Amino acid sequence: MPIDRDNRPLVRLIAVGRDFDVSRPWLNRVLEGAPRQLLRAVDGVSLEVQRGETLALVGESGCGKSTVARLIVGLYPASQGRIEFDGVDLASPGAFALRRRMQMIFQDPYASLNPRWRVRDIVAEPIRVLKLMASEREVAARVAELLQQVGLVADDGEKYPHEFSGGQRQRISIARALSGNPEFLVCDEPTSALDVSVQAQILNLMTDLQQRLGLTYLFISHNLAVVSHIADRVGVMYLGRLVETAAADDLFARPRHPYTRMLLDAIPDLEMTGKPRTPVAGEVPNPLDPPAGCAFHPRCPHANERCRSERPQAIASGSALVACHAVTEGRLQD
Amino acid sequence: MAVAPGWWRRAWDHDLAWSFRRSPVTIVATLLTLACFGGAAFAPWLAPHNPFDLATLNLGDAFAPPAWIEGGQPRFVLGTDDQGRDVLSTIMHGARISLGVGLAAVAFSALLGVSLGLLCGYVGGRLDAFVMRVADIQLSFPAILIALLVDGVARVALPRETHDSIAIPVLIFSIGISGWVQYARTVRGSTLVEKNREYVQAARVIGRGPVAIMVHHVLPNVMGPVLVIGTIHIGTAIITEATLSFLGVGLPPTQPSLGTLIRVGNDFLFSGEWWITVFPGLALIVLVLSVNLLGDWLRDALNPKLR
Repeated sequence: MPIDRDNRPLVRLIAVGRDFDVSRPWLNRVLEGAPRQLLRAVDGVSLEVQRGETLALVGESGCGKSTVARLIVGLYPASQGRIEFDGVDLASPGAFALRRRMQMIFQDPYASLNPRWRVRDIVAEPIRVLKLMASEREVAARVAELLQQVGLVADDGEKYPHEFSGGQRQRISIARALSGNPEFLVCDEPTSALDVSVQAQILNLMTDLQQRLGLTYLFISHNLAVVSHIADRVGVMYLGRLVETAAADDLFARPRHPYTRMLLDAIPDLEMTGKPRTPVAGEVPNPLDPPAGCAFHPRCPHANERCRSERPQAIASGSALVACHAVTEGRLQD
Repeated sequence: MAVAPGWWRRAWDHDLAWSFRRSPVTIVATLLTLACFGGAAFAPWLAPHNPFDLATLNLGDAFAPPAWIEGGQPRFVLGTDDQGRDVLSTIMHGARISLGVGLAAVAFSALLGVSLGLLCGYVGGRLDAFVMRVADIQLSFPAILIALLVDGVARVALPRETHDSIAIPVLIFSIGISGWVQYARTVRGSTLVEKNREYVQAARVIGRGPVAIMVHHVLPNVMGPVLVIGTIHIGTAIITEATLSFLGVGLPPTQPSLGTLIRVGNDFLFSGEWWITVFPGLALIVLVLSVNLLGDWLRDALNPKLR
């Protein structure tokens, strides 16, 4: 085992992109002369997730954060770039075994559990598929243990998903994800379908499990309050691109990218500090026809000629990585 | 697994049971269906005579009218046919064949349709386009025409002496092949919806293969409508079989189904022996009507929009 193992990121995305074919059907294209249309949902995203940390990806609806999650767990193949897990390219032939070390928790607790399966079978599925245990008795004991671990009781295994509330179902989802003994959990908005009080319970459960089991999380969310609660580092996405990556404290205290500032300014605060805010202006451009240069320039109060023509690269600014010409040129003050 | 206490209570309180109890038509239809199925299934034991046992037939009994008409005999409640066979017994044996062929054809249709629908919906692409275009083409022919075609081809292709012995399998195949489209379309539609649900994605992340996902995850969630189509299809399949037999391309008179009985009896209709054809016809109507009523009820009871 190499010595630098612990310094190596667990997951690494190198200039990953994903295109979706949103063309009209073949016959329409031929008859109407419409061209093929590709939608670039994720565009050149590079990021690293360190062992044991929680990296949150935030952004508006449709910015490609869920697509990043699905690319990592292999639900979609990447169109460009590569994804490494523990230093091995996930697209390589031997990477199938690596996929067992990651699991995913989904957004909608009402759709992510098969309504015709008993909870014990849902939770046991990864154990059975990965053949982690030899006998059914061991499987049953492990399922009971997992259910207790996520705050349910062992008898709940006999029930069907519709007998549970949203929060309980999300606990079942977590139990299922944990049953394959993963190191890395991709959580796609796991709390956005839940009540605020239940959200807190689920988040606490997740942090608790992370500490006990040494898990690494990629946490997708559009809720900045949730992110500030759970994340160690935060990546901000806009129109398929990663615009800023920084430590969570740093990002919330001192946002650099104009888009991050706009997002944070949109959070209402109870203290009425009266600080000047940049109001959220404009709308997200059509992703089929993204603006040239920096994707954010039509909405950015600091955009100039360079922003309209040249695409900014992610450049270190303090401890953060920011893709913004205004920040690199020092045009933007804190 | 031990049956949970109070399962009877739970079944009684179930939505379906509730809707069943509130519908007198359905209760009558169920009783009639059970009577038909029971009478057909246990015909060799229940029927008063064995119409196929030549030793017990007596041509002297031929053309006896039903028992309540003058000249009728109490031994032959519904009268006898030209061979002296008891009409009630031939109906019971005929219904046995009709039902058997109908059920087998529905099972074959459903198996073929559900498998193709599941595969097309889940895999998509060229396979889906191809199979669904075949389905469209087949839908532009009446089912009876397809059944006739398959039956005719089988008659030409297979040696003459085997015709009688393989008549039933050929009939099942020809009726079954004409009915798969409905199952395939329904299942494909539901599969398209289900395959994008998150539980399917979760199974993919776990590492399940496409076949396992189709069979274990998607199939249980698309079977509801199949049950309804299947029930209604039983009636149609029995009718198709009867039509084919009536036209003379179905079952031979040596193993008569209801359709064959109606055709044979038709020859005597104008000479006054109406009971030979009318009673098998009535039996067919009652059987198909009660199965269809049951299917209609099931469709409504399982449709959440009508609750």
